[in-house]
Amino acid sequence: MHEVDMTKCLVLSMQQWRQQHEPQVPRVERVHLQVGAFTCVEPDQLITTWRAAVQGSWLAGAELAIEPVPLVGRCVACASTYAPNPEQAYRSPCCNHPMEEIVSGRELRIRSVDYHLPSEPVAPSSLITACAV
Amino acid sequence: MHMPLEDTLGLNLLAANEHQADHNREHFDEWRLLCLNVMSSPGAGKTSLLERSLAALSSELAMAVLEGDMTTLLDAERLEAVGVPVVPITTGRACHLDAAMVSGGLKLLRQRLDPAGLDVLWVENVGNLVCPAEFEVGEHRKVALLSVTEGDDKPLKYPVMFREADCVLITKTDLLPYLPVDIERIEDHIRAVNPRCAVIRVSASSGEGLEAWHAWLRQERALTLMAQQQVAQRQDIRHAEALAAGGER
Repeated sequence: MHEVDMTKCLVLSMQQWRQQHEPQVPRVERVHLQVGAFTCVEPDQLITTWRAAVQGSWLAGAELAIEPVPLVGRCVACASTYAPNPEQAYRSPCCNHPMEEIVSGRELRIRSVDYHLPSEPVAPSSLITACAV
Repeated sequence: MHMPLEDTLGLNLLAANEHQADHNREHFDEWRLLCLNVMSSPGAGKTSLLERSLAALSSELAMAVLEGDMTTLLDAERLEAVGVPVVPITTGRACHLDAAMVSGGLKLLRQRLDPAGLDVLWVENVGNLVCPAEFEVGEHRKVALLSVTEGDDKPLKYPVMFREADCVLITKTDLLPYLPVDIERIEDHIRAVNPRCAVIRVSASSGEGLEAWHAWLRQERALTLMAQQQVAQRQDIRHAEALAAGGER
């Protein structure tokens, strides 16, 4: 259920990004998102809620491309990296050390956005005003 | 023309929430208070613990509570009875508090009192071990509760919550004699996913461990206050330097 709120947050974050381009409204084709394995996000559910959320909005038709990022820990005892798992209580298999350092897996990042700006200015009248100035 | 955009690198999915959380925290720092986000599964004993802690600490610390609850005012009424101001935030169907909801709660709180007079603001989150872990509300510290009746596997099943916590309270320890549960195993699992957090055994009904928990709270309050004062001093110095530079011109 919280994927709905995650999606709301993602849409809000995209709106913040959109402000850079004002007054133009970028046409977004695809949002590339990194989702770490050690987060509370279920990628399939996020894609479903995203499709529902963007319908009829400025993001309509924009795809959500999710790049999963595995959980990787670094054993602080011997500095080797490992894949923490619940069966071993997330401890390092080399030294049985607790999961102190997480190298990756906590990502919830907008990696990049494929978009284009409308080639024509939004309103012809504003173009005329700009030329007159 | 399709341009991959790289200047958004690092923009968090939750950036909008984090922006609001940072804004809330700026207010908390300005008011010199410690904000705690208290989280657990439903029924782990957040409200019972708060009743005890509010009663025990209200003579030395000025406190208020933002009480997240999905549909009812039951918890808020229990805490009001202790004599501490409580602002209920009913989240409807949302299973966690987010920074905007807490901001709304703060507006209501400010109608009742001046938060600058507070030492500690408690945010009691909605009972849930999953999503509250990902939604910051502007807190300085996260406190997670796990009751002994929930089983020793929960830190491994809901690792993000226990990883994010600054303090984990193992609650209802008075029930230990009646349960086939190994508390050391619970602690071991918590420390396996989060070797840095404080782990304290408590019982709101017998009072066991409450003094250790309150000592942790006082210590974090002192550390937060020190950090807030240092930031304020640096701001004062910068402000004075800017004034001096302006005067020389």
